[in-house]
Amino acid sequence: MTDTITARTVTIGSRDGTDIEAYLATADDAGRRGGVVVIHHMPGYDRSTKEITRRFAELGYDAICPNLYWRQAPGAEPSDAAAAVRAQGGVDDSQLLDDVAGAAAYLRGQEWSNGKVGVIGYCSGGRQSVLAACHLDLDAAVDCYGALVVGTPPPESNRPNLVTDLPSLGCPLLGLFGNEDRSPTPALVDELDQRLDDLGKPHEFHRYDGAGHGFFSPDRPSYSVSAANDGWERIETFYGTHLS
Amino acid sequence: MCTYNTVITELNGSAKGPSSKWFHVDHATVYYDHPVHAMAGHALNIDIADPSAGPGQRVALELTAESARALVQAIEDALAAVPPEIIAAG
Repeated sequence: MTDTITARTVTIGSRDGTDIEAYLATADDAGRRGGVVVIHHMPGYDRSTKEITRRFAELGYDAICPNLYWRQAPGAEPSDAAAAVRAQGGVDDSQLLDDVAGAAAYLRGQEWSNGKVGVIGYCSGGRQSVLAACHLDLDAAVDCYGALVVGTPPPESNRPNLVTDLPSLGCPLLGLFGNEDRSPTPALVDELDQRLDDLGKPHEFHRYDGAGHGFFSPDRPSYSVSAANDGWERIETFYGTHLS
Repeated sequence: MCTYNTVITELNGSAKGPSSKWFHVDHATVYYDHPVHAMAGHALNIDIADPSAGPGQRVALELTAESARALVQAIEDALAAVPPEIIAAG
């Protein structure tokens, strides 16, 4: 834990060679440290996601949030960028993997990196965090109420579930879910838990009564103080174990 | 949840948007998902935009499902009250 952090906008190279914007927060006096890639939610590369990124720096990590909407809407206000990208079909999975891979490489290139990098995502980013953990060299992944990881996607969805990706999960997974959530429902969380058990994949799930989707978001009506506080403690412990 | 479901419809008209300037609009994006500003977990979101002028050139609405249906009904009622020959005349 440190009070001395530096946060700024940087340009990073995505794996596909595209330069994209990212928000970097670093712990200035934490010694050798791990890194965290924060995947922003569908509403965008916004203030609340940058606050999360800074919190990881306070916890002693180098943290970075790539702007997944930079390609389509460089420099746009976050909600405008989110709307523009949505109208174009959203961020596809291959781009997500390129951008997270680029962000992880950027963190591993930092002067004080210990070489370990975790990933975390919320909502749509929860699914993307699991996707990244199945295909990239990462050391720990956190899925906060990601939908469409398992189960049958609704007909109108243009995203597949990740059932066929799960055998490739390459790092421990922490899952945080609300028992009032409708997507993923508790039954879908049970299914994911069982599939990971069957595959022998290390994972740790925590589920909160009275909490629904988006319980980590302090600027939304879905915020749950008790679930968010406990969730942050779980994340701190999990990353402390796997990124040290 | 993030629904990913997005409905796009063509439009022909004008909207008053950023900097109180009027601009031509040719499509609307409609989806039920997390709002940015409305105090609801999910909302019916409408972006009426001119993408050729950049991502910021849009009018955005975030409505509860109930109020979105009320808006649809109000539009239908307003159109129903107009003599067909006036609508045909444009």
